[in-house]
Amino acid sequence: MLRYIGRRILILIPTLAAISVITFVVIQLPPGDYLTTLTAQRAAQGDSMPTGELARLTERYALDEPVIVQYWQWISNILLHGDFGESFDYARPVSALLAERLPLTIALSVSTLIFIWVVSFPIGVYSAIRQYSLGDYGFTFLGYLGLAVPNFLIALLLMWIGLQFFDLNAGGILSPEYRDAPWSPAKVGDLLAHLWVPIVIWGTAGTAGNIRVLRANLLDELRKPYVVAARARGMPERTMTITYPVRVAMNPFFSTIGWILPGLIAADAITSKVLNLQTTGPLMLRALLAQDMYLAGAILLISAVLVVIGTLVSDIALGWLDPRVRLRY
Amino acid sequence: MRKEQDVDVASQWKLVWWGFKRHRVALVCGFVTLAIYLVAVFAPFLAPGSGQKTNSDYIYAPPQALQFDLDTGLYVHPYTLKQDPETLALSFAADETKKVPVGFFVKGEPYELLGFIPWDRHLFGPENPGGPPMYLLGADSVGRDLLSRIIRGTTVSMSIGLVGVLLSLVLGIVLGGVSGYFGGRTDTLIQRVIEIIMSIPTIPLWMALFAAVPASWSQLERYFALTVVISLVGWTGLAREVRGKFFAVRGEEYVMAATADGAGRLRIMFRHMLPSFTSHIIASLSLSIPSVILAETALSFIGLGLQTPMISWGVLLQEAQNIRAVSTAPWMLIPGIAVVITVLAMNFFGDGLRDAADPYKH
Repeated sequence: MLRYIGRRILILIPTLAAISVITFVVIQLPPGDYLTTLTAQRAAQGDSMPTGELARLTERYALDEPVIVQYWQWISNILLHGDFGESFDYARPVSALLAERLPLTIALSVSTLIFIWVVSFPIGVYSAIRQYSLGDYGFTFLGYLGLAVPNFLIALLLMWIGLQFFDLNAGGILSPEYRDAPWSPAKVGDLLAHLWVPIVIWGTAGTAGNIRVLRANLLDELRKPYVVAARARGMPERTMTITYPVRVAMNPFFSTIGWILPGLIAADAITSKVLNLQTTGPLMLRALLAQDMYLAGAILLISAVLVVIGTLVSDIALGWLDPRVRLRY
Repeated sequence: MRKEQDVDVASQWKLVWWGFKRHRVALVCGFVTLAIYLVAVFAPFLAPGSGQKTNSDYIYAPPQALQFDLDTGLYVHPYTLKQDPETLALSFAADETKKVPVGFFVKGEPYELLGFIPWDRHLFGPENPGGPPMYLLGADSVGRDLLSRIIRGTTVSMSIGLVGVLLSLVLGIVLGGVSGYFGGRTDTLIQRVIEIIMSIPTIPLWMALFAAVPASWSQLERYFALTVVISLVGWTGLAREVRGKFFAVRGEEYVMAATADGAGRLRIMFRHMLPSFTSHIIASLSLSIPSVILAETALSFIGLGLQTPMISWGVLLQEAQNIRAVSTAPWMLIPGIAVVITVLAMNFFGDGLRDAADPYKH
């Protein structure tokens, strides 16, 4: 097991390096360099750049050096000092902006992941055991629908229904009256009353996908000879299903984290503006529209790193669950 | 029942078709998909208008009900303005005393069918082009007809799926094929690259790449930039599939026979091996088109994809971004229904195709 974890972590290093290079390329992509954009921005607002400031920024991002050196300066600042550069749109360090927004993004992503598991597990098992029953057809159709409806559409629909029929503003994470209030049981209740909205919206596609995979896997397992053998020995159906085939069919629950997490980050980027959430998604959208590239790049980098770490955790969990996986390494 | 001799001599495609036909839902969804593509091709004729004509008298006019009686045939009631006695707010109401006759093959705004046939007839619309307008699905914030805009948007939304997938197809087959045929170090390298691309969340990456497209680019250039950006990230899934298939058939006897015959590597790969799983590739392509459509919709929705005056479903939904706009004019969400129906139909169709893709399975 340790050997397996070690190998997984070793593979991680080149992946992370490549991701950082891609992010740096993305930062460099917009036409014109950082300083020209910044000077133009300032000039548009009517004030000029102090010359000392220009020299300081050139020095800081090594802008007069070759691209390789610029990259090195950028990545070593991140790794050694946790310094992601400066957002010229907000005129604040990127790391400070991230510190404000990232906790909520991570908390929401993890809650959504748990929601996806809790909902899709019983439905997937039920759909497989009662294949072609009315319930199975119903859930299968709902699953297709969940994959077909863009999450921002669900968000708009929920907000509209809330506003139209319940006179309720479902956006945001807290009601206005609690926004600056100290923490109290009422505030926690208000938080929970708002929290389910983004969780359900973000989780729909992942839940639908997970149900499909679990159902298909469990159906494959249920037809295998060991199931027949267990039945022949007179094992009660329920105990048998839970101890053998369900355990094997559980694998996708861990292996799909690799694609559910990017989906959640994408959902954040697209729906949070509608839902008025203070997460990293709207921050990235605004940064991209303003070509505030150090901020956008930092969010892209962190999202990718979070996904890679999530995949690592899921691989380790998979190795723990399924000995066949850890023996392959 | 089909005779056994027929099955024995049937070609692979015939067997696929027989398998697919058994899948009722997939068959129906196949026809729906076909119908949507026909709408995309003949959109200017099918839509009552160009969807670009603004009318400040009909801002957020609600949908009209299409009605029928024996005297006038099909008609709609024109709008009349009603003022709330307390709030003084103006709202639209149907003027029950008047009728706007609606006919088929009526004269309307001129257009070019298929891009080169100039015409001005529309499948249906108000019979008098100079009279009161018709808004079967309501009007948007500047009084443009939403129905015309949705039909016109079909062209861009559907074609972006095809074009985007085509580029991924080329990349996926070449890189997946090389990876699967040669194996060894080449394979490891390509697989690593795929893993790295897959580990970056696609939507943020698309957003970042597309944000770099200069604002001065024309609509058409933006359109192609969007397809390139989408397929640069989206080829990985197909490449993996192709690689797996190449691995699976690499040891088959007919490949050995071709090698013994002295066929070149490229010929073996693309003339002998590839046809054995073409049906699989088509099936997985048909499943990736809806995801490209969803990607375009999402990107245009947040304002980083296509932009007006180009019309796509995502561009239309961008106007519904604001919850206040949605509550005044809920019909602005209707383009979303078009997206959902299309994606649902294509997913069912693709699933049926995938199940039928390998006729020799059983």
